[in-house]
Amino acid sequence: MKINIKINGQNKTFEVEPGEFMLDVLRRNNYLSVRRGCDNISCGVCTILLDNKPVPSCSLLAAKANNHEITTVEGIQVEAEKLAKCFGEFGADQCGFCNPSMALTVYSLKQENVNATEEEIKAYLVGNLCRCTGYVSQHQAIKKYLGDSNENS
Amino acid sequence: METNQFIEVNSLEEAYILASADRLNKVIGGGAWLKISLKKAKTLISLDKLNLDFIDSESSFIEIGAQATLREIETNKDIKKLSSGILNQAIGKIMGVTIRNLATIGGSVMGKFAFSDLYPVLLVMDVKLKFYKLGEISFADFVEMPRINDDILISIKINKNNSVGYFKKAAKTALDFAMINLAITKGDDFKIAIGSKPSIAKLNYEAMKYLNSKKDITEEVIEKTCALAIEEAKIKDNVRATKEYREVLIRSYLKRGIKQVIQ
Repeated sequence: MKINIKINGQNKTFEVEPGEFMLDVLRRNNYLSVRRGCDNISCGVCTILLDNKPVPSCSLLAAKANNHEITTVEGIQVEAEKLAKCFGEFGADQCGFCNPSMALTVYSLKQENVNATEEEIKAYLVGNLCRCTGYVSQHQAIKKYLGDSNENS
Repeated sequence: METNQFIEVNSLEEAYILASADRLNKVIGGGAWLKISLKKAKTLISLDKLNLDFIDSESSFIEIGAQATLREIETNKDIKKLSSGILNQAIGKIMGVTIRNLATIGGSVMGKFAFSDLYPVLLVMDVKLKFYKLGEISFADFVEMPRINDDILISIKINKNNSVGYFKKAAKTALDFAMINLAITKGDDFKIAIGSKPSIAKLNYEAMKYLNSKKDITEEVIEKTCALAIEEAKIKDNVRATKEYREVLIRSYLKRGIKQVIQ
């Protein structure tokens, strides 16, 4: 079956199987910043934005995304670069495997609650695992990113 | 997953006809648990076109469409006012925001998942389910019924009352399923439900009957209520916790919860 998706602002048509998940479709079509981790909704590295909300693409049926909008990290490049600077400042980056998904989730948190407290940041990121950093430096970097965004708004 | 076709239906009748035509035709909600719960289906039936993603709080009850996501419910201010906000709290404990943006209340209810954090909460709140053919049934009756494969859940209705609520999920990590989850409400009467034991949540009728018969809720009454609840819950071992550990958790949190709702 064919599905029509607006992805990072561009209209695309993909040929998909009726039971296929979005992660497989995206990676097959070279959207490789969407990573495959647990493939079982536990790790969060496959996160994309569906109509501006973060969802795990490993468990989103591709057919359900028909006529919807999808954003990968390439679609939020300016914000991702701002977050990357904060990550660099706090040493919150090691292997980088989780960074695209983390950026999308943090971007979504910013849209919902730019004044998020540390507890709220932690709660929002529960579904995004990072095997390298231990999270402390990431939370500090995200706090800085949200604070900067707040000042500039 | 293996399936022949995906159909977005245009009416409840179309969904009903498809669902009742073959046991391997499956109605899907958000699809969050599809990968772990369904390997094969002839037809996947999507309700996405039916505008069932509403939350209406204008009446004496709050009606939530079956396709409303858990995140939409979690962040709804009117639902937060019900029973001390235990439904919002319970949803907030379900894995991460990303999953809650995908999972729907309809899928969570119809899945009858033993690990569900929603089940104990929906049992102790005054909840009815609205089906296309069955009409309205209480959530407690639904839990006791065999799995429904051929009817379509339209919405859940939560009566607005002044009950006070308590919810607890005990899990090893934020992403893990519960070792136990339990909920208590105190309105005109006490209601107690325990889930993930590891079987599906049920109301604890014996414990509720005993507690509701007492005017003074003393330490002894609470102890006896806990003992009755544990006996009735038929707790077992599984990979997440032993029967003995679950009993300790239930006794501790039930005691704490009862004290909290009578304050």
